[in-house]
Amino acid sequence: MSQSPASDAVYHTPNYLNAEKGVRSWLTTRDHKRIGVVYLALTVASFALGGFFALLLRLELLTPGPTVMDAMTYNRMFTLHGVIMIFLFMIPAIPGVFGNFFLPLMIGAEDVAFPRINLLTVYLYLVGAAIAVWGMIQGGTDTGWTFYTPYSTTTVTTLSPVLLGAFILGMGSILTGLNFIVTIHTLRAPGLTWMRLPLFVWAMYATSVIQVLATPVLGMTLLLVAVEKTFGFGIFDPARGGDPILFQHLFWFYSHPAVYIMVLPAMAVISEVVQTFARKNMFGYKAVAFSSLGIAFVGFFVWGHHLFTSGQSTFASGVFGVLSMFVGIFTAVKVFNWTATLYKGAIQVAAPFVYFLGFLYFLIFGGLTGIALSTVSLDVHWQDTYFVVAHFHFIMVGATMMAFLAALHYWWPKMFGRTYSEKWSLAAAVLVILGFNATFIPQFLLGNMGMPRRYYSYPEQFQSLNVASTAGASLLAFGFLIVLAYLLVSLFAGKAAGPNPWGSRGYEWDTPSPPDVLNFPETPVYTRGPHEYQDGPAEVKHAN
Amino acid sequence: MKELNDLLRRILFLPEQGSDFARSVDHLHFFVWSVSMLGALTTLAVGLVFVLRYRRKTALQATPHVEPKPIHEAMLIGGPLVLFLTWFAIGYSQYVTLQTPPRDAIDVYVQGKKWMWKFAYPGGPNATDVLRVPAGRPVRLLLTSRDVIHSFYVPALRLKQDALPGRYTQTWFNAEPGRYPIFCAEYCGIGHSAMLGELVVMPAAEFDAWLEQQRRSNQAAAQDQQPVASEDIDVRGSLVEQGRRIAAMQGCFKCHSVDGSQHIGPTWLDVYNRKVKLENGRSLVADEAYLTRSMMEPNAEVVAGYKPVMPTFQGKLSGPEAAAIVEFIKSLRTDAPSAEPPKGPVYVPVTGK
Repeated sequence: MSQSPASDAVYHTPNYLNAEKGVRSWLTTRDHKRIGVVYLALTVASFALGGFFALLLRLELLTPGPTVMDAMTYNRMFTLHGVIMIFLFMIPAIPGVFGNFFLPLMIGAEDVAFPRINLLTVYLYLVGAAIAVWGMIQGGTDTGWTFYTPYSTTTVTTLSPVLLGAFILGMGSILTGLNFIVTIHTLRAPGLTWMRLPLFVWAMYATSVIQVLATPVLGMTLLLVAVEKTFGFGIFDPARGGDPILFQHLFWFYSHPAVYIMVLPAMAVISEVVQTFARKNMFGYKAVAFSSLGIAFVGFFVWGHHLFTSGQSTFASGVFGVLSMFVGIFTAVKVFNWTATLYKGAIQVAAPFVYFLGFLYFLIFGGLTGIALSTVSLDVHWQDTYFVVAHFHFIMVGATMMAFLAALHYWWPKMFGRTYSEKWSLAAAVLVILGFNATFIPQFLLGNMGMPRRYYSYPEQFQSLNVASTAGASLLAFGFLIVLAYLLVSLFAGKAAGPNPWGSRGYEWDTPSPPDVLNFPETPVYTRGPHEYQDGPAEVKHAN
Repeated sequence: MKELNDLLRRILFLPEQGSDFARSVDHLHFFVWSVSMLGALTTLAVGLVFVLRYRRKTALQATPHVEPKPIHEAMLIGGPLVLFLTWFAIGYSQYVTLQTPPRDAIDVYVQGKKWMWKFAYPGGPNATDVLRVPAGRPVRLLLTSRDVIHSFYVPALRLKQDALPGRYTQTWFNAEPGRYPIFCAEYCGIGHSAMLGELVVMPAAEFDAWLEQQRRSNQAAAQDQQPVASEDIDVRGSLVEQGRRIAAMQGCFKCHSVDGSQHIGPTWLDVYNRKVKLENGRSLVADEAYLTRSMMEPNAEVVAGYKPVMPTFQGKLSGPEAAAIVEFIKSLRTDAPSAEPPKGPVYVPVTGK
């Protein structure tokens, strides 16, 4: 042990939660931990809103014909659901909440490199979210979150506010990425070499690279759509001399890497959780670290697999298809290494570990269906059907949501200094995993049957599976409500957690719970990597 | 073998297989699915065995430092890589087949528009929403779209191809007799899920006879029209007739009725010269100017109670065509002198003088 253990250190400052009081202190904070908490409140609220729209959609799909809303409302709902879940939850959630909170703690830093810019991203998020949601409700945008042209540039509904909102949210995403890259390069404590970085930091680094390189393309593309829609310039609409497919190339050049902006942070969390709860060093540290960079790199050259049926050249489809397989390889490397980490471990089955198992399950099946989709001829049948919907929900909602919940349960005692009910957390974890399966397995089968996505009404043979999916969605929603309930209760009635309830040797645990304003009383010095358990766990300290 | 095929098809909820191509795609599907299942379940089983075997025994338990040898990582990478590339090779060769129509294929032109499919045979008939093709012969589809992107999808043939405005794409198939549903797979607005069609695969001889009969009746119709056009008839009456035909061709009746019944758009019956209330609270008289503007800038002045969903026909209708439609709308009056009372909902013969 080289770091000064939390218990022995002398802290002269209060913890970050009660250092300052009042709403104003939260609105103007530059503390990365407070910003993380603000992101937690904002993204969870967005998730609740997006989930509410998802439930309405599932309700509408209970019967083949109209059920509770008309076609136009349905189209607006799935646009709202997609935009909110992707731009307001999936992309900012894990980097915004856990990246902000734990990245500096994991590298022995006092804060991120640019605390003011960090605060700015919160406001960009607020402004972007407000404009986008207001715009969608006001203008009734019905294009889907993909904004495909020329539908989007000729639709009679208003689109520009949503595009502006997404543009501003993209700015925030770029700045967060930039901040993390600079932080990781410049603020590592003495002795913290690249090969001693926690794997969470490696994956966040890969995520940040994508955010910085890909998001500007989305910004440009959305601007072009707004220009065509507003001023009538022919960019994408062939009726005005534009190219209808150009948009898809530009859009997926961002939006496919964006999938890895959503899933790499999930992988980041899982690497930490599996090491703590198996009490074991990562089986192949370098393999896991570099496969994150591999995914980030290859992820930039696979966007054309969204265009297999678009009339794109046969050769191009082949290149995009074979490159997509390599994303699968990098993911498989991670899956095998996480599984092998359990070998000879000392496994504690707590809620975060159950979510880890859920994550592994969803990632394996979500990943393998992704491989199947890259097998070009199979995609021709599945393209734009519920199979694709189920596939990306398995990855983005299944895997990423599992990781978000794992992170929330793993770090909750650190963030708020309280423990939650173990019994309820295990029950909710099982319920959520079952709910996900019940919701999306029927959708895989619907896709096999040939039901296209974004269908307001459908032929009768699709009904029974749709009913099953809706039932699963209600189960899922119920599970989330339980999680919300016992976590809120724990804030007020939870037992004090102590600095390190899991006995983790992750660097971030070497602080009191909740952490001190300045993180560490003196800059720690690191002489070995994280999660080395040959000498047993870190001292499990409970509060007195 | 056939039993196994049918069993797996049922397990996976796949629709019937309407062509050899569909069968070969399904066989790849079964291969990928069964190996994926095996691999996934094995990995999860190994994970679960570890979880059971290595449960934590004491609170302060230490664990050994385990690191992989390079050969472990190489095996973990090599195994899936070989498998994935094998699947890709099979799938891609099937895709190449799909992208390469045989030279002897018959052509059918497919046009998607909000929200219908139109099919045209070279030198032959046109059809809406029902595509008739011969069985056992390659058929090439040349697809385009009138407005936004649509996607022509026949699940039974495992076939999908986007129809793009402003350019042609192609695909082909060689189907077995049967009737198969056609869906639009690319989101295209409120009628997206109602943009249904049917593929009717007829025995080749039957198809030839049908095509011949269609051609003949087309010619007969053309001949019938010749003397009519040259006869000295009321100009306005023929303009009305023209307007009706153009309106039908443009798909106006998908949203507007001519018999007063409720639909997506306002009915055309008696709309001319009527005072209409607009969505923005104002009201105006539906004269020729308003009717024309409603075609060119449909969402500038929307009638109260209707949604602004009508696409513009600017550039799609010439001046005389728009005028003909206006004349047709003007002829739709309940008090119009008419030889016979209107019966049908759409194609009411109008003989207004």
